[in-house]
Amino acid sequence: MSEMEKPIVKISCQNLWKVFGRNPQHALNLIKDGMSKEEVLEQTGHVIAVRDISFDVTEGEIFVIMGLSGSGKSTLIRCINRLIKPTMGRIFIDGVDLSTMSGAKLRRTRRHKVCMVFQQFALFPHRSVVDNAAYGLEVQGVEKAQRKKRVLEALEMVGLKGWENSYPDELSGGMQQRVGLARALAVDPEVLLMDEPFGALDPLIRRQMQDEFINLMSVVHKTIVFITHDLNEALKLGERIAIMKDGQIVQIGSPEEIVSVPADEYVTEFVRDVPRSKVVSVRNIMREPELKLYRWQGPKVALHAMSEKNIRRAFIVDSWGRLSGVITLNEVARAIVRHVQRLDEVAREHALQIGPDQAIEEVIPLAASSDNPVAVVDEGGRLIGEVPRVALLLGMMGKENSNDTT
Amino acid sequence: MTPPSTSPNEETETAEAVPSKKITQRPFFQALIWLGVAGFVILLGWLLGDYRGGFYQLPLGGWVNTGVEWLIVNWAVFFDVIKDVTAAVLNNLEKFLLWLPWWSVLALIILLAWRLAGRRVAIFTGVAMYFIGMLGLWDLSMSTLALIATAVLISVVLGIPTGILCAYSDHVDAIERPILDAMQTMPAFVYLIPALMFFGIGKVPGVIATVIFALPPAVRLTNLGIRQVPVELVEAAHAFGSTSSQLLFKVQLPMALPSIMAGVNQTIMLSLSMVVLAAMIAAGGLGREVIMALGQVDVGRGFVAGTAIILIAMVLDRVTQSLGKVRRRAKAA
Ligand SMILES: Nc1ncnc2c1ncn2[C@@H]1O[C@H](COP(=O)(O)OP(=O)(O)OP(=O)(O)O)[C@@H](O)[C@H]1O
Ligand SMILES: [Mg+2]
Repeated sequence: MSEMEKPIVKISCQNLWKVFGRNPQHALNLIKDGMSKEEVLEQTGHVIAVRDISFDVTEGEIFVIMGLSGSGKSTLIRCINRLIKPTMGRIFIDGVDLSTMSGAKLRRTRRHKVCMVFQQFALFPHRSVVDNAAYGLEVQGVEKAQRKKRVLEALEMVGLKGWENSYPDELSGGMQQRVGLARALAVDPEVLLMDEPFGALDPLIRRQMQDEFINLMSVVHKTIVFITHDLNEALKLGERIAIMKDGQIVQIGSPEEIVSVPADEYVTEFVRDVPRSKVVSVRNIMREPELKLYRWQGPKVALHAMSEKNIRRAFIVDSWGRLSGVITLNEVARAIVRHVQRLDEVAREHALQIGPDQAIEEVIPLAASSDNPVAVVDEGGRLIGEVPRVALLLGMMGKENSNDTT
Repeated sequence: MTPPSTSPNEETETAEAVPSKKITQRPFFQALIWLGVAGFVILLGWLLGDYRGGFYQLPLGGWVNTGVEWLIVNWAVFFDVIKDVTAAVLNNLEKFLLWLPWWSVLALIILLAWRLAGRRVAIFTGVAMYFIGMLGLWDLSMSTLALIATAVLISVVLGIPTGILCAYSDHVDAIERPILDAMQTMPAFVYLIPALMFFGIGKVPGVIATVIFALPPAVRLTNLGIRQVPVELVEAAHAFGSTSSQLLFKVQLPMALPSIMAGVNQTIMLSLSMVVLAAMIAAGGLGREVIMALGQVDVGRGFVAGTAIILIAMVLDRVTQSLGKVRRRAKAA
């Protein structure tokens, strides 16, 4: 974790503004003079759809933009590939400024680098599934055999093998969006812009598509800007989430930050119904282990230490601090009776364990299956904490780490 | 404001549909312009016309005569070129149709009907066309077919690009609309005479008059078809980096095809309805048969020729009606 390379910024939006209306510059000046969005709309009929938005998306990240209807999400994402020209501000992809780009250069970027998936699928009804998926390559001028090969690959990736010659209106919503996804993937772009791609699907299909999407994205490495107004979807897919309101971003953060530390009332309202156990990670509720015993220590030492701390169970680690088992007070007592020399001769090998970045939700079944505390171990297998049941309950209620007294 | 579905520019924005409420000058300006135009017309009338029964008399008819004369003198080469090209297409087509033995033409037409519209229409076509032959009107029908085909060809060649232009620009559309209205509602005799003056007696003015009457649906339905392509699809095409011609040929035209074909179908029907009128300026064909029958008060002969026209109309209608629709099934199969 500590020695990660510096993340590469893939998309960078800097002070983006979009005003719809006859004279955007005038409306912009009014705003700068302190007029409110509503007043501008009232007096000049201009809509401030995107308002001074800045953010960076790093390479390979899934960046989710969330907000209520009309908050400017679609406008913002369309600024990124310049389907909409921003009134002010700049957009960089790989450090290249798109905000001033036009003509052939812009087309080249759209053909090779940035593809889009639409809420209403936007498939061409007069083209079959293959021909739809091939559109991007066709526009690029890729020759036919090559095109076909890549399109079939993309269709297979999204699970549409065998449907090549169907037409969009013969497919269900979920399958239509797979075509939409294949159309974008066939081009093999570095960036995917997705405007509520699963918004038009019913909940069951939507969840299935989300899962498949996550799997797919772990195979093809893409930078993704994903729009949704469904918080659960955002929490599930997003590495970072930006919350939009009235054309502005009110908070950017990891799912956990958004849920645990909402920036304002609006976000609080948004995340009120989220089960905390889904997003709060174990790290936030774990404690220092109360007692670490070493494999080579004897049962008498263990008994002494345990009775001193008045605990009935302790984790056993090796000389490098790696978790190797768990032992109870009873087992220690029996070991003393049997004249055992080292704890590792009697310890149970399998302690319940979990990583610090997993959601609390995942600890619950573990904790329910036994009354031993759950051990928290890092990637090296070292014991870094434990989750007692009390902490788990408190964590689910939103009071993580409040009883750190040791 | 341009319609979003049609802008050819990849930098296009989706419709910015917020009219400014505060610009109160606009209606005022418009009123002023209209007042100005009205004043100008009255002034002209006052200067150039005489004054009769309370109205300033506008010598519009005189102006038109002057204009037509001027055109005939100064644009003679232009009209001659049109005349020669049209005549060449028409005459060669007619000669070809009459040169082929009747059964091979019949076979060709049946085959065409079968490929385009299926077996039932093919059978109907065969029966109807053979029946026309039985009426003794085969040769005249071929002349009429050649005339219609030429007129339709010209209408399509002019109409579809014009329709595309109208779809792309609201200004062009606004100008085109009243012109198309005029073309369809102006009594045909009114332009039949100038057509004679420009192109002389014969088939060419007949074709031109037919084109004037039959062109509008080709333009209108092309325009409509392209404007009806959903904004999202145009957006998707742009998002994948289409050029404007890729957008037009890969998305807009294919999607507008059923509408365009409906337009072509209407154009064909309208041009058929002009055959009698065109015959009045010696365009020949079945139309002349009708006119001769009228002149001789031969009701039976008129009825026979009329029946042949109806049969041709039905055949052409059935065959072309299915044009925009069959494509996809054929391709899927
Ligand atoms: N072409 C346009 N002309 C005028 N106003 C527009 C245009 N497009 C969007 N708007 C306005 O801009 C604001 C933001 O719209 P946008 O479509 O970006 O919202 P959204 O967050 O995507 O909403 P939804 O969840 O409904 O898709 C809205 O108030 C909308 O009315
Ligand atoms: Mg939207």
